[in-house]
Amino acid sequence: MINPSSAAVVADGSRQPEMPARRFGQGAVAEAVIPAFVALLIAALVGDLLILSFGQSPGAVYRQLFDGTWGNAYGFGQVLYKTTTLTLTGLAVSLGLRAGLFNIGAESQLAAGGFCAALIGLILPVGLPWLLVLPIYILAAALGGGIVGGIPGVLKAKFGAHEVITTIMLNFVVLALLNYFVAVHLKAPGSLHTKEITAGAIPRLETIYAGFHGSAASFVLVIALATVIAVWWFLFRTRRGFELRATGLQPAAAEYGGVIIGGVWMRAMIASGAIAGLGGLNYVLGYKHYYEEGFAGGAGFLGIAVAVVGRTHPFGVVLAALLFATISQGGLAVNALVPKEFVDVLQAVVIIAVAASVPEVRNLLRAGRRAK
Amino acid sequence: MTATPPPADASSRRASAHVRLTGIVKSFGAVVANRGASLDVARGEIHALVGENGAGKSTLMRVLSGMYAPEGGTMEVNGRDATGWSTAEAMASGVGMVHQHFMLVPTLTVAENVMLGSELKRGVQLDRDRAVREVEELSRKTGLAVDPRRTVSDLNVGEAQRVEILKALFRGATILILDEPTAVLSPGEVAELWGVLRTMRAAGSTIVLITHKLDEVMQISDRITVMRQGATVGQMSTSGTTPADIARMMVGRDVTLVGSSALGLGDSAPRPAQGELALTAAGTPTSQTLDVRSLTVRNSRRQIAVDGVSFAVASGEILGIAGVEGNGQTELIEAIAGLRAIESGSILLDRHDIAGMTVRQRADLGLSHIPEDRHQRGLIVEYSIAENLILGQQHHFSNRGVMDAARIGANATTKIAAFDIRPPIASLAARTLSGGNQQKVVIARELGREFKVLLASQPTRGVDVGAIEFIHKQLRDARAAGKAILLVSADLAEILALSDRIAVMYDGKLVVLLPRGAASESVLGPYMTGAAESAA
Repeated sequence: MINPSSAAVVADGSRQPEMPARRFGQGAVAEAVIPAFVALLIAALVGDLLILSFGQSPGAVYRQLFDGTWGNAYGFGQVLYKTTTLTLTGLAVSLGLRAGLFNIGAESQLAAGGFCAALIGLILPVGLPWLLVLPIYILAAALGGGIVGGIPGVLKAKFGAHEVITTIMLNFVVLALLNYFVAVHLKAPGSLHTKEITAGAIPRLETIYAGFHGSAASFVLVIALATVIAVWWFLFRTRRGFELRATGLQPAAAEYGGVIIGGVWMRAMIASGAIAGLGGLNYVLGYKHYYEEGFAGGAGFLGIAVAVVGRTHPFGVVLAALLFATISQGGLAVNALVPKEFVDVLQAVVIIAVAASVPEVRNLLRAGRRAK
Repeated sequence: MTATPPPADASSRRASAHVRLTGIVKSFGAVVANRGASLDVARGEIHALVGENGAGKSTLMRVLSGMYAPEGGTMEVNGRDATGWSTAEAMASGVGMVHQHFMLVPTLTVAENVMLGSELKRGVQLDRDRAVREVEELSRKTGLAVDPRRTVSDLNVGEAQRVEILKALFRGATILILDEPTAVLSPGEVAELWGVLRTMRAAGSTIVLITHKLDEVMQISDRITVMRQGATVGQMSTSGTTPADIARMMVGRDVTLVGSSALGLGDSAPRPAQGELALTAAGTPTSQTLDVRSLTVRNSRRQIAVDGVSFAVASGEILGIAGVEGNGQTELIEAIAGLRAIESGSILLDRHDIAGMTVRQRADLGLSHIPEDRHQRGLIVEYSIAENLILGQQHHFSNRGVMDAARIGANATTKIAAFDIRPPIASLAARTLSGGNQQKVVIARELGREFKVLLASQPTRGVDVGAIEFIHKQLRDARAAGKAILLVSADLAEILALSDRIAVMYDGKLVVLLPRGAASESVLGPYMTGAAESAA
C-alpha cells in the first residue's frame, strides 16, 4: 500500500548537488577574520562608554590614540618594538595549541631566553661585529626558552603531567631562580639588572630609517618575522608539521597514522619555549642591552591572547600582535585624557570578546555550511 | 511475518493518525536535509523510517521532536497543529526521542538519570525513594529490566539503552522515536528490545524506528516509510513488501543482496559463490600471514581484556571475529595494530615478530587497518580528503621531510575516482562528507596501497546500503588477491556473509572457531552471550 500523498518516487538516482569547492576557501577566511573584527567592534563600543564615563570625547581619545601610535614614526616604532615580542610569544603559544598543548609558560620561557642571551653577551669579548655574534645569541635565547619549555614537554610525554599545571608552576620557579641569579651574582651595583652588554648589540631600525629615532624597534623584528614564516612553512608544508597538527586535532587518529604522540608533544614544547625565548632578544639585545628583573612584563601571558585572537595561525598572530601592541602603546599616548588603566580595560575587553565570540561566531558560520 | 496487520483502509488510518508530517523542508545553509518530506504514523503502530545515511531521517525526527524548526510544511500530532513547536511542547505532547548516542550522566544512578529534568521532590529535597519505586513500576510494566539503584557507568550498552527508553516513558512519551537502536546490541538484546516494543505497542504507544537494517524492518515494523535525498519516496505496509523492494527504493537502483548485511537475512541469505568459498576455505593455507600466539592485553583500566588468544589468518582468507562489543575485540585489534601495548604473547606478520614495532614499522611491513571508529581514529575530520588519503603514509609522500603536494594531489585524484568518493573534491574537509563517503576514504587509503594483512574493524558501521555493498566487494576482492583479512564486526550477518572461518570472542577469549559451513546465527548466538562455553 503506497500512501498517495507521498508516492512520488524520485525517478532517477541523481545525487545531491556537489558542494562547490569555493565555499571551502572563502568560508575559512571569513571564519578567521569575522570573529576578530566583531571583538574589535565590541571593544571599541565598551571603550566609548568608558571614555564617556571619564567625561571625555571618544573621538578625541581615539584620535590621540591613533596619533600616538600609527600617526608618527616614533610611535609606530614603539608599536613595532612591542609587536616583535608579542609576535614571538604569540607564535610560541600558537605552536603549542596546534599540537594540542596549552603553554602558559611563555612568560618564563621569554625571561629565560633573555637571560641566556645576556649571559652569553657578558662572556663574549667586546667589539665583535653583531652579524657574527647574532647566531650565537639566537642559539642561546632559543636554548634558554627551549629548556624551560622542554621540561613540561618531557613531563607530559613521560608521565602524562598536564602542561597547564607544569608550565604555570615553572613560571614561578624559573622567574624566581633568574631573579636570584641576577640579584646575587650578576647585578650591576645599585640596580636590578646585569651589567651592560657591549658585544654586538642588535642594531635598531633607526639605523635604516631615521624617523624611528628614539624608538626601541630593532632588527629583532626581522628575526620574529622570519620565525613566523619558518613556523608557517613547518606547520603547513612539512611532514612533521602535518603530524603535529594531526596530533593537536585528533591524537587518536595521529597515533593511528603512525605518529608517536609523546615525541610530538616533547618537540612542540621545546620549540614553543625556544620561540618564546627568542622574544628575550628584543629587550635584552635590541633595546636595553642588559637583562633586568621582570623585563618580560606580562608579554608572555599576553602571548596567549595574541595566539587566540590570531586563531593560532602564524600570520594571524602577527596581526594580533600588532593590534595588542597598538593598544598598549596607545595607552601611553592617551594618558593625559584618561587613566592609563583605560587600555588595560580595553585589552581585557578584546580578549573577553574574542574568547566569547570566536566559538560563537564560528559555530554560526559553520551551521550555515554543515551538511547535517 | 510477526507484524500485526495495519489498519486496512486509508480512511481508518487517516482517522487514527497519531503523527502527520507533510512537506517538511529543513536546510542547513546550502544543504537541504529535508525537501518536502512527509510521514504518516498511525496510533499504536511500529513504523520504520528507513533510508541511506544522509537521507534526512534523523533531521525529520528532530523536527518532530522540536529540536529543529522546519522552514516549510506542516506538522500535526494528535490531530492538533504542531508546526515548529518547541522541545518542551513536543515532550508535553508525548514525543520522546532516544538518540543514537546515549545522553546519560554516568556518575548518577539509573533512577536519578530517569528523573533528570523532571525531578521528583519532597520539599526541596529529591525524592529518590519514590523515583526508584516509579522506575521499578515502569520497568515491570514494559519489561525494560534494569535495577534503578545501579550507577549508569556500571551498565552495559543494552542496559543503558533501556534507561534511555525508560527516561522517555517516565516523561510520558506515547510517541517514541528510536534512532538506530540496535547498532550496539547483541542478537539476544535485540530480541529483548523487540519484545519491549511489542509490549509498548500493545499498550497503545506509537513507535518510530529509524534504521537502515532491513532485516529489522521486516521483523518488527507494521509499516515503512522510505526516504531518499531528503524526500519521502514511498510508504507501504511491511507485509506487502520485500527487502529488495525497500533497498531499491532507498538507493534508487537495484542492489545486489548477496551477503549485504544491511539486508541481513542471516542464515537464509544467499552465500557467496560456493566455488569461491571452497577455493579459499578448503585449500590448505600455504602461509600463515598473520599469526597471533597467546596474546594477552590489558584495557585502559588495567584489566585483562584479551586473555591468551591464539589464532592465525592465512593469505586469501577472511577470519571473522563475532561477538558482542566490549569483549576484548577493540583491544585485540589495537594490540595487533600497535596502538596498545601487549602484556605477553607474540604477533607474527609474515613471520616477522611485530609485537615491539611502531605503528609505522608495521604499516611498512604490510599491515593495513580499518579502525572501528572513523571519527576518532580513522580520519582527521578537519583535514581534507587528500590529506586523509595519506594519513599513516605521510612519510611516503614527502621528500626529506617536505610534503609532496603534487603526489598527494595525484594520489587523491586516483583514489577518489577508484573508490567513488563523493563529492569528488580533494580539498573538502572530511567532516563535510556523509558517513559512507568518510568510510570510503578510510577504505581507499587502507586497501589502495600495498599490504599483506588487513585488520577490518566494524568496516560498515553506520554506512548506508550502497556503501556496505561496495565495501563488502572491496573486502572480497582483497581476499581474492591473496590478502589475509581479520574481520571484527558486531554485525553477525556481516560476519556470516564474508568470513571463511568464524570465531566468537567472549570475555577476552575466543570461545569457538568454526568453518563458515558449520556456523549460523543460532549456532553462534549462545557463544556470544556466554551461554555456551567451549574450548576453541
